[in-house]
Amino acid sequence: MAIVKTERHEDMPPPVSQTGVIGWLRENLFSSPLNGLLTLISIYVAWVALSGIINYAFIHANFAGETRADCTDSGACWVFIKARFGQIMYGFYPPEERWRVDVGYVLGAIGLFAILSDVVKNKKWPAVYMFGVYPVICFFLFSGGYFGLPTVETSEWGGLFLTLVLASVSIFVALPLGIVLALGRRSDMPIVRMLCVGFIELIRGVPLITVLFMASVMLPLFLPEGVNFDKLLRALVGMSLFSAAYMAEVVRGGLQAIPKGQLEAAKTLGLGYWQAMALIILPQALKISIPSIVNTFIGLFKDTTLVLIIGLLDLLSIVKAGTTDKEWVGMATEGYVFVAAVFWVFCFSMSRYSIWLEHKLHTGHKR
Amino acid sequence: MSEAAAANQQSDVAIQLIGMHKWYGEFHVLKDINLTVERGEKIVVCGPSGSGKSTMIRCINRLEEHQQGQIIVDGIELTNDVKKIDEIRREVGMVFQHFNLFPHLTVLENCTLAPIWVRKTPKAEAEADAMKYLERVKIPEQALKYPGQLSGGQQQRVAIARSLCMNPRIMLFDEPTSALDPEMISEVLDTMISLAEEGMTMICVTHEMGFAKTVADRVMFMDAGEIIEQAPPEEFFENPQSERTKLFLSQILHNA
Repeated sequence: MAIVKTERHEDMPPPVSQTGVIGWLRENLFSSPLNGLLTLISIYVAWVALSGIINYAFIHANFAGETRADCTDSGACWVFIKARFGQIMYGFYPPEERWRVDVGYVLGAIGLFAILSDVVKNKKWPAVYMFGVYPVICFFLFSGGYFGLPTVETSEWGGLFLTLVLASVSIFVALPLGIVLALGRRSDMPIVRMLCVGFIELIRGVPLITVLFMASVMLPLFLPEGVNFDKLLRALVGMSLFSAAYMAEVVRGGLQAIPKGQLEAAKTLGLGYWQAMALIILPQALKISIPSIVNTFIGLFKDTTLVLIIGLLDLLSIVKAGTTDKEWVGMATEGYVFVAAVFWVFCFSMSRYSIWLEHKLHTGHKR
Repeated sequence: MSEAAAANQQSDVAIQLIGMHKWYGEFHVLKDINLTVERGEKIVVCGPSGSGKSTMIRCINRLEEHQQGQIIVDGIELTNDVKKIDEIRREVGMVFQHFNLFPHLTVLENCTLAPIWVRKTPKAEAEADAMKYLERVKIPEQALKYPGQLSGGQQQRVAIARSLCMNPRIMLFDEPTSALDPEMISEVLDTMISLAEEGMTMICVTHEMGFAKTVADRVMFMDAGEIIEQAPPEEFFENPQSERTKLFLSQILHNA
């Protein structure tokens, strides 16, 4: 006997136990007696840990005062950070010139906002500004010597300022250079491919510390007498090339994930190699590599602390130097906690931005 | 356009393959292929998988390189000259089995990309053109969606529209319906039939024998890298000459 259904079943809302706050709680936290118990234990552990941190960092912390003697309560002595704040932020940059760094920050923040946010739709001018104009402005602004600005030697740069200079220059150089290296590694031209593979494998095969060490100690030995690069410049070149090699491999991973048909379709439509790469392949490849690219950026940002070994005073090393001051003996914990917090804020922001970007670029496609 | 191409525009030959051979490493994929396609002619190529059908049509727009013999498209001979390759690719449209739409661009952007960047058409004009072709394949309302939001049949029709936006004189179809659900095959075939009726020169690799009977001027059977038999559809289906063709036809028509 044939079964024929003549009426359509109406759509019904899901059962109440699956939706709303109660449904969520039951589903996720108290789905069984054991899970309920684990939830309660977890809440207790989190409370114990958090209350300790809050007590140390805020409730019993010392904020007021000028010297070590003002730290009377049992918690952190933030007076140390306060007293050395200028140095932690700017290093030995002369206090009366520090406004130049601040102007640089503001100009950079405007450019970054234009390029990264949704507000400005046409990215052409922000890109020209960020990649072409801004670096030049910063160069003259920070090192001076022109337009009546007194010269500030790079040896006086330090603190968070130096960390940001190292990180942003490396990031800005590494991404484009990494893309070029990745394309070169997949090129049909044997010489180009060999050069790219050689460069990537050589750089990836050695630790960053040795690259920095070579750039700062060995390079001058090979240069003719009297020729001398700035130490910061050498560190920047070393870090940029190092991260470009890593970036190249990340981008190559993305390129490999794009089906061959995409390039074939682009060719069939008459697009040339560079057009196909710029319009079809790279937008897709970079999009799927966003998590790995940001991962590399975050790693790079934290690796800037390694310039310590060639005597540059970045955020970490300047705080470390501060803790050896006999006026402030025993302030290492406060110093490192503060540095960790600053690094965390920057790295976490990058991470959140990448998640937002991934979400925005998602076009709901499968191929 | 080169002089040779201009001179050839009046001639009736659209594509000519002369003694063409191709190898993948040691493997001889295409053996002595000779084929002349006249302007406006529709050719259906069939044959078992691995017989070299796709490879042959992919040689025509240089997605694959041939090693021996000549390929002349629209009066231009395919060599390593990149300019000539680009010139040919602009005249030859291609539709793939897996659509190969650009997933990061909307349907409209998929269609206007090549006109804007290759032909330097102003954006507004390219968009108006694209809408015209999207209407022709009956999906203008999907123009602002992304390919991933469309069904397979719709995606393939977008792919056809995208090719048409470059005003090709020749269209190559590489198993355009093989990746589609059965209920979507006919919408793509209908589009192809209407294109054929307008006089487009077409080479289709397909197993849709109904399509072959309706539109083909010639049906070609390939096996093991060789063209075994070619004939007008009535003759090909009613009275195949070679044993291999008979066997192949009995296998695919048995299920139809």
